[in-house]
Amino acid sequence: MITVENIHKSFGDNKVLKGIDATFERGKTSLIIGQSGSGKTVFLKSLLGLFQPEQGSISFDGSISKEMSDDQKRQLRQDMGMVFQGSALFDSLSVEENIMFPIKMFANQARSEMLDRVNAVLKRVNLENINAKFPAELSGGMQKRVAIARAIVMNPKYLFCDEPNSGLDPKTAIVIDNLIQEITKEYQITTVINSHDMNSVMEIGEKILFLKDGLKAWEGSNKEIFKTDNESVVDFVYSSNLFKKVRQVYLDETN
Amino acid sequence: MNYLEHVGKYFLMLKQVFKRPQKRSVFGAALFREIEDLGLKSIGIVAFISFFVGGVVSIQTALNVESPLIPKSLIGFATKRSMILEFAPTFASIILAGKVGSFITSSIGTMRVTEQIDALEVMGINSLNYLVLPKILAALLFYPLLVFLAIFLGIFGGWIAGVLTDLFHSLDYITGIQMDFDPFLIKYAFIKSVVFAFVIATIPSYHGYYVKGGALEVGRASTQAVVWTSVVIILLNYFLTQLLLG
Repeated sequence: MITVENIHKSFGDNKVLKGIDATFERGKTSLIIGQSGSGKTVFLKSLLGLFQPEQGSISFDGSISKEMSDDQKRQLRQDMGMVFQGSALFDSLSVEENIMFPIKMFANQARSEMLDRVNAVLKRVNLENINAKFPAELSGGMQKRVAIARAIVMNPKYLFCDEPNSGLDPKTAIVIDNLIQEITKEYQITTVINSHDMNSVMEIGEKILFLKDGLKAWEGSNKEIFKTDNESVVDFVYSSNLFKKVRQVYLDETN
Repeated sequence: MNYLEHVGKYFLMLKQVFKRPQKRSVFGAALFREIEDLGLKSIGIVAFISFFVGGVVSIQTALNVESPLIPKSLIGFATKRSMILEFAPTFASIILAGKVGSFITSSIGTMRVTEQIDALEVMGINSLNYLVLPKILAALLFYPLLVFLAIFLGIFGGWIAGVLTDLFHSLDYITGIQMDFDPFLIKYAFIKSVVFAFVIATIPSYHGYYVKGGALEVGRASTQAVVWTSVVIILLNYFLTQLLLG
């Protein structure tokens, strides 16, 4: 479980996060949504430790990150997996080397053991026989799946995804969403996803955090988001006619 | 950002770079990869340019030595001195600053803008140490060898040019290159090549690592890296010459 208490982050005079509280539970997919510039990326990077908040605290299963020793922080990093928006696979390494990279860096395993683990996670993300290929030879969807495989290869406790569906066709996007949710349940990971994709919100948003101007403007689930009367959320989530109609149908059916 | 801030940031970068590698086997593999990318792949261009510059130096010297009072062996002597003192350590380094410097900046810069460096940091890897230290060691190990290759090929190129153009006799040239040999000059060339190797590996790494934006900014950073690396080499060349030979 990740607990965030009153975090603040500024860049010069620009206050990006202005005091956010949140809890992300184990075995659940939590989504952070909000308009561009609302502070989503800074919030996610603060969770990852890439930015240090000036105020407030972030704790991982009860351990407050800013009070951790360097060794504990290093260990925490190894418990984290991250799927970047552009996949961030290492161009110069093959798929196999990309996924094997964290094991090589942090575990003392024989090559055959490492290879078994790589093949197991590749199978888990429904990719096989692509070990020797390089990232440039893969489609966007395949790159995302390899990125997920690399993120889970060390059995992380926490999985972070930044716009995992960006640049994917709707069908592949759903495959990626479902894969992330399945992995979250299967390995009991605490998963936090930064997303713009309203399909993801509806499909896998077990917990949704809506950020506006650096503050948490709304919190709920994908069921509750249909019923909310929070104007900012309604304005953002149901900005398209299609989603307005979907919401209306849902409300008509449930009332 | 002013120049002083860049200098400070550069030295703070070096502080992160010079830490113990997290995994020796991974570092070893990276070092061999860098030796290939930065060193072995530069042999061709250094050899080609050194050979022809040596030829040009000997031809120009021969054409300018008209007085019968000046011995023809001076041509070999002048070519040898030019190659050891200036061409091989300094100009070969400037050529490498262009070739290798732009490669280093663009490869690290692309990793930055495609979030590959963030991926390393999230994994708990000291990205500066992982990316830059193997480049520095590869350059420090290999560039002195390239400089000595450049000296040899430059002198050889001078001899071939003389033989082909018939501007001087082979024996005069060989006498010239054997004349008044000062071992300190080899040490001087070695010191310069080591210092310049460090500059060639670190300044482009700095420009690549801290690039912000997209492909266009990576291109701009590569150009800036080559310019600044060349400027620093020229300035250090002056100070080292003053310090070691002055």
